[in-house]
Amino acid sequence: MAARFGRGAMTNSWEDIKNADVILVMGGNPAENHPCGFYWALKARRDRGAKIICVDVRYTRTAAVSDIFVQIRPGTDLAFIGGLINYVIQNKKYNVEYVRHFTNATYIVKDTYSFDPETGLFSGYDPNSRKYDTNLWDYEKDNNGNVKKDMSMEHPRCVFQLLKQFYSRYTPEVVEKITGVPKERFLEIAKIVAETGSPDKSMTHLYALGWTQHSFGVQLIGSMAILQLLLGNIGVPGGQIGALRGHSNVQGATDLAATWSNLPGYLKQPKADDETLQKYIENNTPKPLDDGAMNFWSNTSKFIVSLLKAFYGDNATKENDFCYDYLPKIDKAPSWDAIIDNMYKGKIEGLAALGVNLLCNSPNAKKTLKALSNLKWLVVIDPFETETASFWEKLDKPRENQTEVLILPSAVMGEKEGSKTSSSRRITWTYKVVDPPGEAKNEYWILGKLFVKLRELYQKEGGKFPDPILKAYWPYKNPYEPHPEELLAEINGIALEDITDDKGNVVAKKGERLPGFIHLKDDGSTLCGCWIYSGVFPQSGNRAKSVDLSDPSGLGIYPNFAFTWPANRRILYNRASANPEGKPWSPQKRLIWWNEKENKWVGHDVPDIKPDLPPSYAPFIMLPEGRGRLFSCKYLVDGPFPEFYEPVESSVPNLLHPKTRYSPVVKIYKSEVDVLGSPDKFPYVATNYRITEHYHFFTKFLVGPSILAPKMFIELPEELAKEKGIQKGEKIRVVSARGAVEGYALPTKRIKPLNINGEKVYVVGIPIHWGFKGIAKGSIANLITPFVFDPNSFTPEFKGFLCNVEKIK
Amino acid sequence: MSIVTSEGTVGIVLKNVSASPLPAGEIKKYDRLCILVDVSSCIGCRACEAACRQWHDLNPKVPDEKDPFTGYQTFSDLQANYFTLMKFNEVETEKGVEWFITKYQCMHCEDPGCLKACPYPGAIIQYGNGVVDFDHSKCTGCKYCVSGCPFNVPRYDERCKPWKCNFCLDRVLAGLEPACVKTCPTNALSFGTKEEMLRKAGKIVEELKKRGYKNPVIYDPKGVGGTGYIYVLPYGERIEDYGLPKDPSVSLAITLWKGPLKWIGSLALWGTVAGAILHYIVYGPKKMKKINKEEG
Repeated sequence: MAARFGRGAMTNSWEDIKNADVILVMGGNPAENHPCGFYWALKARRDRGAKIICVDVRYTRTAAVSDIFVQIRPGTDLAFIGGLINYVIQNKKYNVEYVRHFTNATYIVKDTYSFDPETGLFSGYDPNSRKYDTNLWDYEKDNNGNVKKDMSMEHPRCVFQLLKQFYSRYTPEVVEKITGVPKERFLEIAKIVAETGSPDKSMTHLYALGWTQHSFGVQLIGSMAILQLLLGNIGVPGGQIGALRGHSNVQGATDLAATWSNLPGYLKQPKADDETLQKYIENNTPKPLDDGAMNFWSNTSKFIVSLLKAFYGDNATKENDFCYDYLPKIDKAPSWDAIIDNMYKGKIEGLAALGVNLLCNSPNAKKTLKALSNLKWLVVIDPFETETASFWEKLDKPRENQTEVLILPSAVMGEKEGSKTSSSRRITWTYKVVDPPGEAKNEYWILGKLFVKLRELYQKEGGKFPDPILKAYWPYKNPYEPHPEELLAEINGIALEDITDDKGNVVAKKGERLPGFIHLKDDGSTLCGCWIYSGVFPQSGNRAKSVDLSDPSGLGIYPNFAFTWPANRRILYNRASANPEGKPWSPQKRLIWWNEKENKWVGHDVPDIKPDLPPSYAPFIMLPEGRGRLFSCKYLVDGPFPEFYEPVESSVPNLLHPKTRYSPVVKIYKSEVDVLGSPDKFPYVATNYRITEHYHFFTKFLVGPSILAPKMFIELPEELAKEKGIQKGEKIRVVSARGAVEGYALPTKRIKPLNINGEKVYVVGIPIHWGFKGIAKGSIANLITPFVFDPNSFTPEFKGFLCNVEKIK
Repeated sequence: MSIVTSEGTVGIVLKNVSASPLPAGEIKKYDRLCILVDVSSCIGCRACEAACRQWHDLNPKVPDEKDPFTGYQTFSDLQANYFTLMKFNEVETEKGVEWFITKYQCMHCEDPGCLKACPYPGAIIQYGNGVVDFDHSKCTGCKYCVSGCPFNVPRYDERCKPWKCNFCLDRVLAGLEPACVKTCPTNALSFGTKEEMLRKAGKIVEELKKRGYKNPVIYDPKGVGGTGYIYVLPYGERIEDYGLPKDPSVSLAITLWKGPLKWIGSLALWGTVAGAILHYIVYGPKKMKKINKEEG
């Protein structure tokens, strides 16, 4: 989504789902995995007759309350969405004015871009490095650096025409042959979806890991972004792409740079050629490509300097580039997969696992097991003694293993205070209710102690590069246990001098907390740990603690309930809720509008644009185009348009281009344990998922959820069970090229055999929640999953791989 | 199981008490309480089960290798320490495969078969608000309530005491909704007076019709005089596939025993009394002499 819209987050909120006319659930199972949020989908149906459509590889509990359910073959969602895009374009159901003014449909693309439908490859592919030269996919520009456009969208190389041509291959017949969804069912859904191209209607799409966990996950989400842009469904009430987060604070973890590729607030991680702060700022401050592009990343310098001040405090000065040199410059992705692979190769000495059960949740658990056994030391900070902490029990010769495992028991929610950020980008406060049991401590205590001790050791003994530790900003009252509100103040931002607005009024005195990120400076006079969160804790108080439930507009905005980043905007890109002239598209979908008398944007939500910028400015303010990207240029490594590829392990050929079956740039490893299976030995398609009764690999340690779902089970079509002579409740084994899992058989009508282009395809479903620790025990589901990753996000391909099923005698 | 006794220590009115005459009083003015189960918005998450287990401090054993595998359903049946159970049933309809997911527990009948069957005074109580409850201090463990229940609900523990849903009477009397309703994330469960719930159910049925369901119905079986738990079922012709009896009623034997044939019992009782009186009139008082003689 970041490549298409500018921000990689749920565009609207959970509550906003109630404004939808159509709710398309695809790539997620919100009734089971987000039951409380799913209330809003049912409310939309109850109050406004919204249609709920569920497209899934099996009939789920979401399907049980949907109006329409169709079963799709695992890993073929992109063909389905491609079909919808084609339907919407061919039947002219798109919102023409939205597409013309708010997307890059009018932009002319350089002739160095091309796509060969025969091979399924874009221009610039190098088969040796298995990479594209992405620079070939760009716009044509004039002498001033502005893109060339054709407002009629007729030019043969304008994005719209290229898009139309690209998806013309995805006819309903092709969709049926690839996905297994009968043509009539597909057209039934296409008709309902296409109707939301009308300005008074909107569609919400909900997805979760069912879409991300593919070797083409980012492209899949991109295909939905294209569809929603065509239908004019982004930025309006009830129109969104809802990226549903699993853990209550996954959004917060991502915002605060839990992944290697970002610094807090989605600032780019410095690379080797960002040698100096100056260079970093130059390379990461895009120039506007078009008129009406607000180009918010023109503020990069303010955000990075304020972040460096938060990292290094007074030690960061203009003279020393604000200690920019201390930041690591990373070219080779130290992503999850690379860490495990390097551990496997013996290149990593120690690992601290905080909030992760690596052995359970990484693909190909056998590889992770070997990787962990190569460590000299392993620190596990977790409320429970996880499988990761006890990995050695599963080694062939546990006594010979040399890894020293240190377990630091930590606290769970309710045993500590702090903020969490939900899918809706909303930062709320949770309070402490009880002390953690036994010797368990909250993470502030654990990390505070650890930091102070490390600093002491560096002071005493020196080291290779002590400065980033010795000069770090650590201003807390109790340095051994920072208070969460002290941390939130730092994240929010603090004035280091008196800060004035453009009229010269003081908005924050020296030492006060800042009211918002528009006041950040690049001269070292402000400090801010995560610019997008600025405003959550102004001088007036902690807004995360606010529980005001008033909703004057009735749109589910709840403007004073907690705080939503950025700047308390509940619906991102909400300038797009009004037409190019600044008037709402329809009275039903009124959100913000241009007030001609006052010359500013007004309405129910905080405008996601500078309030006094006239309507000629476009809504996607984080992109240098200002327009949503139907064509993503060079920003994704596997193509500017999402193309359908089979999963890496697939039982059928790629119907569109047999020569390129799976993504040509997928990240595959080639060690002796990273093996792939073929359909002759592993004829069935496996997918894995979560069930509502358990939370990941965590609740199996608790009695309540263990009563509800005590046993690992495997769902398989009744027809397959019959063929194999398997009865309900018998123990069966699912085998892949990498290993085997055991569980109780649950033959079901809810997974039907599929007819894929004349071939019968069976799908086997594996819930993942068990392990060898805790109350409810069972196989680690990831013993059979492939170590294969999306080349953009490095997410593993869990949804769609090959397996066989056998009865345990 | 309940903090309430047949003497009504928390001050609610009794409607029916097992094996006892009807208490006097103006029962009519008390609203019947009701829980509506909207099957069409139930996602089968089993949060109601978890909440029920927590509120009533129930501790069923975590099933292990020896226990049968029951799939999505927690147990194969209700247990003495498990008062509510989601039943999962896969069926084929005109829409294709569908999952009928139904909450199953005591229905709190208006005309409770358990209470009618119970021979011990005060062991089963029906309050003015319609809630049916047990008083273990008066129960002898005869299990007549099980055979009397048309929904096959009460379960006996190892001490031979029956257990079932009591509508969270302690919560309800404190002005709270029952634990299952409180926790339901999709509002598939709602709580209120019977009148309100019937109205709400009627609306849902209308919506379902608009959505294309041909025969959605309200399940409020007349054979037991209506129930305290009512359901909206999208497929009215397939009641049994939802795990509910199609036309439940209190068994004939019990109805006769407590109803039309009561006079036989009464006749026997009064006949004995009348006989005694007649005997007295005819033969006069028993002669103590004879007894004394025997003693002597």
